[in-house]
Amino acid sequence: MDVTFTIRRYQPEVRDDPYYEDFEFEAEPTDRVLDCLNHIKWQIDGTLAMRRSCQTGICGSDAMRINGQNRLACKTLLQDVGSEVTIEPLMGYAVIKDLVVDMDPFFDQFRRVKPFMMNEGSDPERERVQSQEERERFDDTTKCILCAACTTSCPVFWSDEDYVGPAAIVQAHRFIFDSRDDGTAERLRILDDAEGVWKCRTVFNCTKACPRDIEVTKAIAEVKQAAMWGRV
Amino acid sequence: MAQTHTYDALVIGAGGAGLMAATYLQDHPDVKTAVLSKLYPTRSHTGAAQGGIGAALGNMGEDNPDWHSFDTVKGSDYLGDQDAIEIMCGDAPEVVYELEHMGLPFSRTEDGRIAQRRFGGHTKNYGEEPVRRSCYAADRTGHMILQTLYQQSIRKGVEFHDEFHVLDLIVEDGSCRGVVALELETGELHQFRSKATLLATGGHGQVWSTTSNAVTLTGDGLTLAARNGIPLQDLEFYQFHPTGIYDMGILITEGVRGEGGILRNNEGERFMEQYAPNLKDLASRDVVSRAIYKEIRAGRGIDGKHHVHLDATHLGQDVIENKLPEIADFCRTYLGLDPVTTPMPVEPTAHYGMGGIPTDVDGRVEVDEQGNTMRGLYAAGECACVSVHGANRLGTNALLELVVFGRRAGNAMAEYCAEAELEPAGEAPMEQAREAVETLRTRDSGERPADIRREMQELMMENVSVFRTQELLQEAKEKLVDLRERAKSIAIDDRRKTFNTDLTEAWETVGMVELAQVITECALNRTESRGAHSREDYPDRNDDEWLKHTLAFRDDGEVELRYRPVTITKFEPKERTY
Repeated sequence: MDVTFTIRRYQPEVRDDPYYEDFEFEAEPTDRVLDCLNHIKWQIDGTLAMRRSCQTGICGSDAMRINGQNRLACKTLLQDVGSEVTIEPLMGYAVIKDLVVDMDPFFDQFRRVKPFMMNEGSDPERERVQSQEERERFDDTTKCILCAACTTSCPVFWSDEDYVGPAAIVQAHRFIFDSRDDGTAERLRILDDAEGVWKCRTVFNCTKACPRDIEVTKAIAEVKQAAMWGRV
Repeated sequence: MAQTHTYDALVIGAGGAGLMAATYLQDHPDVKTAVLSKLYPTRSHTGAAQGGIGAALGNMGEDNPDWHSFDTVKGSDYLGDQDAIEIMCGDAPEVVYELEHMGLPFSRTEDGRIAQRRFGGHTKNYGEEPVRRSCYAADRTGHMILQTLYQQSIRKGVEFHDEFHVLDLIVEDGSCRGVVALELETGELHQFRSKATLLATGGHGQVWSTTSNAVTLTGDGLTLAARNGIPLQDLEFYQFHPTGIYDMGILITEGVRGEGGILRNNEGERFMEQYAPNLKDLASRDVVSRAIYKEIRAGRGIDGKHHVHLDATHLGQDVIENKLPEIADFCRTYLGLDPVTTPMPVEPTAHYGMGGIPTDVDGRVEVDEQGNTMRGLYAAGECACVSVHGANRLGTNALLELVVFGRRAGNAMAEYCAEAELEPAGEAPMEQAREAVETLRTRDSGERPADIRREMQELMMENVSVFRTQELLQEAKEKLVDLRERAKSIAIDDRRKTFNTDLTEAWETVGMVELAQVITECALNRTESRGAHSREDYPDRNDDEWLKHTLAFRDDGEVELRYRPVTITKFEPKERTY
C-alpha cells in the first residue's frame, strides 16, 4: 500500500523552529509503524532521529504520538492506523531532536516515589513467602516499562510539570500493594501531596495510552484510597 | 572541548550483568563507580528475556545443583568449563533468593514459594526426565530482573551516564585505563578514566537478519576488545532459538514448551519424538532448531513455507493468560492470532552468543591461551565467555549467568580498586576516535551503512547459521572481505552533532562486519559438529581433535586462531542424546 508519513521534525543545528515533513513510500499493512520509520531512516533520510531498541514492546524506547495518540511504534501496525500517518514526539518534555525528547525529568519523577523494595526485617535464608493472591494483587503494575506514554498523555501533567504523573504512581502502586514491602507509609507521605495523587482528574488518558494495558487510572484510584486511609 | 571524568570503576552497559556489578560496587563507598550505557538502563535487552532463571531450588519436586551442572555440561556439548559451571549452578539458589529479597515479583506456588517450570535440557537425576528448575515471573522474568536491578541501583545511588556510546578502550602497556565515549545528546567526546572497567555490553544478534535481538545488540563490547588485541573465544558457537515468530524473529519463549506446548509439522505430527525420544520438545535448543530445519527441508514446513507450528491450543485459556501473557500479546499484536485457539508459526531465530570475551570466573579478561589477564579489564554477561555455555546454552542459564558473574565481577573489581593506583592515560585513543568520527561524519559520498548491514545480515543468515559447510563458509569469508572494504567508505546523511544515530549506527555496522569475519573464520576452521556449530561436511563431534576452545585474534583484516583446553572436573564427555 502507498503510505504518507508526516513527521514533526526538529533539527536544532539546522533551523530554530520545528516543521512537518512528508515521506511517501510503499509498505505492507502488517508492517509496524517502527518498520516504516526505520525504512525512512535507513533508505530516505538518515538524519531522522528516534529512539528504539527491542522492537517488540518491552524496552519502552519508542513511545511517540501516532495520529495524535501516544503509542509504541513497534506495537502499532499500519493496518491499525491507516495510510496517512502523522508522527510527533511525546508532549510535555523538551525535544532534543525530531522524535527524541529529554526523558530525564520523567526518570526524576520516577525516583521521587522511592521505587525499590523497602523491608525492615532481615532477609530470611530462603525466599519470603507470598501467597498467589498477594502476588496477584500488584501484578498489573509490574508490567510497566517506563515508556512515558501515560504521563505524557495526561492533561494535568501538560499544565504542571511538577505533577508526579501516572507512571510514577504506577511504580509506587507496584510496591504499596506488594505484601513484602514496608515502605507504604513513606510512599504515601510523598504521594499524599498537592503534586501527588490528588492532582489526578481521572481523565483516563493514561489508561488509554498504556501499551501494556495496565489499568493506570484504577491503580491511581487505589493509591488515592490508600492515601486517604493512610494504609492499604 | 573534550571532557575528562575520573572514576575508580566503570561499568559499560546497564543490562543484568552491568547493573548487578554496579550495585555490588556501590556497596564500597571508597570505590567511585559509574555506569555508561548507550541506552537508558531500562531499555537494555535483559528485559526481553521471558521464560525464567535456572536454579535448583527444589520448590516443585526434588532437584540439586549437581544435576543442574550435569545438564549444563551436557547442554554445552562438553565444551563448557566445568569449574565455572559448578560455580554458576552452585550459586544459583542463593542469587535467586537474593533477587527475591530485592523485591523481584516471582510467580508463586500454592504454598507461596517461588514457582518453577520445566525448560529444555533441564533434567532430574542426570538426564532421566524433565525437572521444574526455571524460576519465573509469568513470561516476563527478564523484565522483572532488569526492573529490580535498576530499582536497587536507584536505592544505592549508582551514578549513570545514560546515552553515552563507548567508541574505544584506553589500553596502554597491557592495562585498561578507561574508555572514550560519545555523548549522544551533544555529540561531544568524553574521556572516562578508571582503574577497572567492566564490559557488559550484551549480545551480537544483529549480525544475522532473522533475530530475537534488539536493533542495538551489535556486539560493541566484542569489537572494542578485538580492536585492542584481546582475543574472542568460541565465536563459532551462536545459538538459534527454535521458536521465533515466522518472518519476524520475535522470541516465543521456550516456556511455552515448558508448559506443555508441542511442535508440529504440516502433517500435524509431533516430530520431536523422532529426534529426541526422551525429552521430545524439551530437548536442548540446538537439537530442536536442527530438527525444525530438517522438517522444513523435507517439505514438511507449513504450507511450503519456512516454518512449523508451535501448538499451545491444548493448554487452555488459563495457562496461556496467566503463565504466558506476553506471548499471547505478541501473537495477537503481530500475527492477529490467538494462541488459545490457533498454533503459532515459528522458525529458528538468531538468539544468543555462547562465545565472547574470554574471562576467568571473576570476570578478569584473559588475553592468551595461558589465561594471562589484562590489568583493569573485566567482562560479564553475554559479551563474556567464562565459559559456562560451551557450544550450546540451556534456556534459563543466561539470566543466571548475568547475576552470578555480574556479582563476582563487581566484587573482584572492588577488591582490585582498593589496592590499585589510577594509571596515567595518554590522549591517543581520544584523538583516534575523534578523527574516525569526523571522517565518518563529513565523508561526502559512499554507500549507505544500512545497505551494508542488510547485506551482511542476509549473508550470515544464508551461509553461517544453523547448518554450515566448507563451501558456504568459504563463500561468506570472501564476501565479507568485500563488505569490509566497502564498509570503510560508507557515508551518512546526518552531518550534525546532536543525537546523531546515523553516525552511531554506521559505527556499529563497521564493527559488526569485523565481527562477522571472526565468526566465519572460527566456523570455517572447526571441522566437526558440536552444539550449535553444525557442519554438514563434518557431522560428528570429534573430541580427539576439537575438545578445545577457539581463541581468535583479529589484526586488521587478518584473523589468527589459537586454541586452549577445556576444563573438565567430574563429567567426562559422553555421547549426547536427549
